[in-house]
Amino acid sequence: MNFRTPTGGAIDRNTVLRFTFNGQALTGHPGDTLASALLANGVHEVGSSVKLGRPRGIVAAGSEDPTSLVQVETPFSEPMLLATTVELFDGLQARGLAGQGRLSPEPDPARYDAKHEHCDVLVVGAGPAGLVAALTAARSGARVVLVDEQNQAGGALLGVDEYLDDRPSAEWVADIVAELRTTPGVLVLERTTAFGMYQDGFVLALQKRTDHLGFAAPASVARQRVWRIRTKQTVLATGAHERPVVFADNDRPGIMLASSARTFLHRYGVLPGWRAVVFTTNDSAYCAAIDLAESGVDIPLIVDARLEAPARLATECAARGIEVRAGHVVTGTEGSARVTGVHVAGQTVPCDTLLVSGGWNPVVNLFSQARGKLRYDSELGAFVPGEELASVRVAGSATGELDLNACARQGRDAGAAAAVAAGFTPGGQVPLPVSDSRCTQRTGLVLWRVPGDEDVSFVDLQRDATVTDVLRATGAGLRSLEHIKRYTTIGTAHDQGKTSGMIAAGIVAEALGVELADQRPTTFRPPYTSVSFAALAGRNRGELHDPVRVTAIHPWHVAHGALFENVGQWKRPWYYPRDGEDLHAAVLRECRAARESVGMMDGSTLGKIDVQGGDAGKFLDMLYTNMMSTVKVGRIRYGVMCGVDGMVIDDGTVIRVGEERFLVTTTTGNAARILDWMEEWLQTEWPHLDVHCTSVTEHWATIPLVGPKSRDVLAAVAPSLDVSNEAFEFMTWQDAVVAGVPARVCRISFSGELAYEINVTAWHGLAVWEALMEAGSPYGITPYGTETMHVLRAEKGYPIIGQETDATVTPQDLGMAWAVSKKKPDFIGKRSFARVENLRTDRKQLVGLLPVDPTVLLPEGSQIVETDRLPEPPVRMLGHVTSSYPSAALGRTFALALVRSGRERIGETLYVPVEDELVPVTVTDSVLYDKEGARRDG
Amino acid sequence: MQLIPCPWCGPREEAEFHYGGQAHVAYPQDPSALSDEEWAQYVFFRENPSGPFAERWSHSAGCRRWFNAVRDTRTHDLLAVYRTDEPMPEVIS
Repeated sequence: MNFRTPTGGAIDRNTVLRFTFNGQALTGHPGDTLASALLANGVHEVGSSVKLGRPRGIVAAGSEDPTSLVQVETPFSEPMLLATTVELFDGLQARGLAGQGRLSPEPDPARYDAKHEHCDVLVVGAGPAGLVAALTAARSGARVVLVDEQNQAGGALLGVDEYLDDRPSAEWVADIVAELRTTPGVLVLERTTAFGMYQDGFVLALQKRTDHLGFAAPASVARQRVWRIRTKQTVLATGAHERPVVFADNDRPGIMLASSARTFLHRYGVLPGWRAVVFTTNDSAYCAAIDLAESGVDIPLIVDARLEAPARLATECAARGIEVRAGHVVTGTEGSARVTGVHVAGQTVPCDTLLVSGGWNPVVNLFSQARGKLRYDSELGAFVPGEELASVRVAGSATGELDLNACARQGRDAGAAAAVAAGFTPGGQVPLPVSDSRCTQRTGLVLWRVPGDEDVSFVDLQRDATVTDVLRATGAGLRSLEHIKRYTTIGTAHDQGKTSGMIAAGIVAEALGVELADQRPTTFRPPYTSVSFAALAGRNRGELHDPVRVTAIHPWHVAHGALFENVGQWKRPWYYPRDGEDLHAAVLRECRAARESVGMMDGSTLGKIDVQGGDAGKFLDMLYTNMMSTVKVGRIRYGVMCGVDGMVIDDGTVIRVGEERFLVTTTTGNAARILDWMEEWLQTEWPHLDVHCTSVTEHWATIPLVGPKSRDVLAAVAPSLDVSNEAFEFMTWQDAVVAGVPARVCRISFSGELAYEINVTAWHGLAVWEALMEAGSPYGITPYGTETMHVLRAEKGYPIIGQETDATVTPQDLGMAWAVSKKKPDFIGKRSFARVENLRTDRKQLVGLLPVDPTVLLPEGSQIVETDRLPEPPVRMLGHVTSSYPSAALGRTFALALVRSGRERIGETLYVPVEDELVPVTVTDSVLYDKEGARRDG
Repeated sequence: MQLIPCPWCGPREEAEFHYGGQAHVAYPQDPSALSDEEWAQYVFFRENPSGPFAERWSHSAGCRRWFNAVRDTRTHDLLAVYRTDEPMPEVIS
């Protein structure tokens, strides 16, 4: 059946759009929403409710609608959209949802982006108040942005058939928009919803740029755009939402807000049904009834909960044969997929539509987000802005004002005040429109619900939350609306309680016997309407999601099949599998090469900080637990850094480049943090020190050349360098020419093997790497990755900060008391070492663990217990496994662990629960390989 | 997103800044002279007032400089910014 009126509505009747809903082929017109097109085809039942599976229809005409959730399948599947806010396009396929949609497993092919905008005055809402506010501000010369969520300006005027200044309101709207568009510095954005308002005039708005074009959307245009607006002043002209009244079986399709039915009629030329009962507590629903009656809808009855009907409107109804019954309420409905009758005073009135109006809720969401206090207006039965903010003004029905002329006046005042506050002088005054509207009277009756079967009296239609649920919450002793919201879930669906929140608050207040004025409304939070993650992510997806840092040698790693590990933002080679090797096989091979011949890795990601100045030594003495000022130029010292609490935060080598210059290395993931740490102390505690710090991480390509044959390889590429142990001692560095380029070579080792760390400018990194590979080929030089590095260092008991340590481990716990200076009067962390807690002998200490079965690999993170059978909980945990690997050098598996009184337990057998087993392990010293350090010098 | 007035760069978005906790907590002159309790006060204990609070900020994604600010913890309003070596200014909250 066709519910389209013969004429009227802002739709293009000459163009037919084909679409399908739940597989049914239907048609509509440009200008329709999916909801209006469904109603035009007589479809009221859209989906079903999330818990109870009851039919759900279309309650409102806009984004406040609680029920018309659909999944749009074309051109890309998108869940949880409202039929009332989906603009119809040719080829649209949609289906109704049972409260939940399904995200597409495919990547969204559309583009999304973000744009920054700065303005003097932001106006939210292009209804009468917003339009006048924007034009007033624009005429002052201020930079104005006007955003509106609809596809055309007009606001509430779009849903009525009224005249302003004796001409159709659309003409008045068009004139203002035309002037705005031609005023320099003014930006008008339609289909743009301001969804979040934050501090200091920061507003986020979502613009739907091509959604309405469907398949015709150009791929080159971002589908949606997040506007990041920074404004000096804001005028919120966000309007008001009509709210329903709760009664038994108030959730059937065909039960609709009265003003929304009026909007469907005037904006879309659609009738909600043929026979509509109206239930109201205020005047506005009379206008809907009269307009629908004049369009051919049979209105058998207006049920007015007030004791007296408004005389003039009642007379107009009588003239149209509409019965008005004052002092009555709707007590229930009949029907299943669609309402078929309404219960009034014990009678059933047959109908196919029930229009409801319980009054108006000002849209104060953004005002509240901006931390504006709300006040309960007992006459309106709603929360209204309760204070003036310095940079946020509210105008129009968002204040609770319902008279159009007064709304426009508020807009003009707010626009002028905002312009002045932003430093502008008001220009030509915008004349206020005069309306011919019948509905100017605002007194209504505040009625939250009609007593009846509370189990089917729905407060939140989307959450299936009923009066019973609210009363259960208050009965359980909950009093705060915030708590009741969470207990009942009212207001937590896609609509965030736009139509249900106020009613829930009212029912709670009644149940508790308190005044709403004393109740704090729930906090409004962004987003005002749903925003997809794709829109929020914008262009920052895929490769652009997070910056990726690669070393100068990265292309070689890629070309040679390395698998990569993310370390912070760095891509580091993890291991280089050969011939289908898995991780373990590759790592055993790489380890063996480094221990038996020569291996090489890309260590360029190591953090490097150049510390210079007359006080650099003194400064490093304070930062490190050991003495750095005594390191001689040309030498290197390993150092540990602690926080003031004495806990290890980083380690690395310090090389003395000159009298007043050190190069400090940090762990890869800690580089930025340690530079910040240094700056913090320098700037806030010791600004008198002559020290400057600079990150030079990316300046250098760093290549550790490791293994007994490393000396031969280095000698081959650095013929002018004396690589003998006597001429080039452990923990010294020398400048040299390596592979024809200047290099700094350090004799340090993170594996226990003879090793050289070759540093060249990043520019030469790849060439030097390739030269080393070539020079090493007679020895089977083997590139290795982070996994092998971890195994090699673990065999030597060298901790990795962040793996062996968390923020509770001291150098002494790591067995590094040797790295803690006893000579220095003070350094960061020193005093904490003397705290009672840090002197306990039962602290967790770093030890080695050897599983009794040498083939068992302990999972890292496993707990360690004392007995071979688990006692009743709570089980005493002795510590946990921090690192665990198979070892080629040891011919078995091994682990490092933090264990309570670990060093005293060396030789003991402890147990590690792994799934259902308790794996016996022997506690050992943390150094498991070459304890004497014989391999260091080759 | 709040704007924070960096004394050197002017108002910038808060995401550029790093919070550094309570200001005017000096590193003790001679930690070894302090009792465990006094040292613990320095290491672990900080004020948490409702109202104006002097705290340290670093413009970490900008000029990388540290400064002090007085922030009203009830509103997040920054009432004053000043150099780290200056005393806390008088503020009206």
